[in-house]
Amino acid sequence: MSALLEVRGLSVAYGKVEAVHQAALRLEQGRIVTVIGPNGAGKTTLLAALMGMLPARGSISYAGEEIMRFEPEQRVSRGLCLVPERRELFAAMTVEDNLVLGAFHRYRKRDQTIAADFDEVYRLFPRLQERRKQLAGTLSGGERQMLALGRALMSRPRLLMLDEPSLGLAPLIVRDIFRVIAGLRETGVSILLVEQNARAALQVADYGYVLETGEIVVEGPSANLASDPRVIESYLGLVSSGAG
Amino acid sequence: MNTEIALFLIQDGLTNGAIYALLALALVLVFAVTRVIFIPQGEFVAYGALTLAGLQLGKLPGTAWLLLGVGLAVAVVELAQALRLGLARRIPAILFKFIIIPVALLSLAWWAAPQKPALTLQILLTLVLVVPLGPMVYRLAYQPLANASVLVLLIISVAVHFAMTGLGLVFFGAEGSRTPPFSDAQWKLGVLNISGQSLWVMGASLALIVALLLFFEHTIYGKALRATAINRVGARLVGVSPAMAGKLSFTLAALIGALSGILVAPITTIYYDSGFLVGLKGFVGAIVGGLMSYPIAAAGALLVGLLEAYASFWASAYKEVIVFTLIIPVLIWRSFTTHHIEEEEE
Repeated sequence: MSALLEVRGLSVAYGKVEAVHQAALRLEQGRIVTVIGPNGAGKTTLLAALMGMLPARGSISYAGEEIMRFEPEQRVSRGLCLVPERRELFAAMTVEDNLVLGAFHRYRKRDQTIAADFDEVYRLFPRLQERRKQLAGTLSGGERQMLALGRALMSRPRLLMLDEPSLGLAPLIVRDIFRVIAGLRETGVSILLVEQNARAALQVADYGYVLETGEIVVEGPSANLASDPRVIESYLGLVSSGAG
Repeated sequence: MNTEIALFLIQDGLTNGAIYALLALALVLVFAVTRVIFIPQGEFVAYGALTLAGLQLGKLPGTAWLLLGVGLAVAVVELAQALRLGLARRIPAILFKFIIIPVALLSLAWWAAPQKPALTLQILLTLVLVVPLGPMVYRLAYQPLANASVLVLLIISVAVHFAMTGLGLVFFGAEGSRTPPFSDAQWKLGVLNISGQSLWVMGASLALIVALLLFFEHTIYGKALRATAINRVGARLVGVSPAMAGKLSFTLAALIGALSGILVAPITTIYYDSGFLVGLKGFVGAIVGGLMSYPIAAAGALLVGLLEAYASFWASAYKEVIVFTLIIPVLIWRSFTTHHIEEEEE
């Protein structure tokens, strides 16, 4: 099976400091792949580079096409979508307008099926429908994450990249969000999930990578990673006492 | 001063103020979306007025040639970029947009100008000749440095302003022009004479403001511009490219500028360099709104218009001084009432 996303020798530098070094990863259509690792390992940088928000070197092959040269907007219109850690919502606009803008590239292509996706997003997150006339800036943390996910789904992604979707959320909401993530796979969306909450991430993912100081140090099917002593010691042992 | 004069000055002030309000809105829009302080806004006023004046004399306006020249420059830049990125398939579209269309517009103007078409057609022709200059100026001058600091963008604006004033002298000459009013009608309302032209100006400004409001509230591109103004990163992530947003906001600014020029042309004599002062008064309005709030900017611009009208009655030699001095108390007031936000690092 050919990979939807194949990254080879990806390096990202801020000035002279290299934040990601020669990363390689692979994601097959319809899978959930997670990248776990400690704070400052370069996870967010990796996703930003995949989205084209940061200049990078190496090769990113997506759906059989080399996309390294493409601007973020061109990647979005090919079905790549990033939900960043900071959500980056349009705070002074309504929930509904945030969702409308999620489908911006589809409006440009005169896609007639956008209305159905509104219903789908509101079905997944009924809270957003209740608050659709409210400004995004007035939402709670959990609602913001729902809106960020909803906005991303409105772009009808083939590959959804999620940066710390559980960050700062109450455990109950984290469970909801992960339930939605697992459900998305059923609809054929491939997901690249970056998480500090390694336990939750490995539970939902098919395959995992461990990123430390900019380099991928371990990789394998999630079940193997979850039983790998090094991973247990560094990530699961600590995490289980906190969120989980 | 009696009531009649006071009312006349209000009419005069609101008429000019309506035009300043349009320009203030354009300045706020451009700044919010691109962080550019758009000093050349006034040049679009002059270009609009002088192009219409040329057409009314049955002459081919210089703008047609200017559009072709600027189009060629943009085509060169775009072609170089397309070749560097190996995107040869873009070449036909570039040639069409930046060479074929300007040539077509030049030919159209050449053919139409001597026939002195109806005023509506002259206005339309003026708009299609002037408005495309907006996005082209963005492409040439601002887009390559779109991520630079506000100060650098301001310096670019000063350069573009001088370049456009100079080009205005070359293409329109040094003489001023004034076009006949759209309407000679006069109404008596009590002691006040209302001129048809001032109603035209206020009505057209109001209509344009409502149209802008509808555009921002109800169209996907309007929402995309607001989104870019609110959160640049978020906008990129949903596929709104900053270059697209920049070109669109400059198109709107050029449209507003050209329309203001068309409206103001029958009221004042416009020279190639008159736009700057008109634009600057819009800028005072925009500053009242903190370059941020559309309604306060528009209200500020109306205030500028009224102040100017009364100042020219009482102390006509100092009217510009009085208007521009207004900016000092406004800046003091704003610096006390708003907290300073550090410019975001990009």
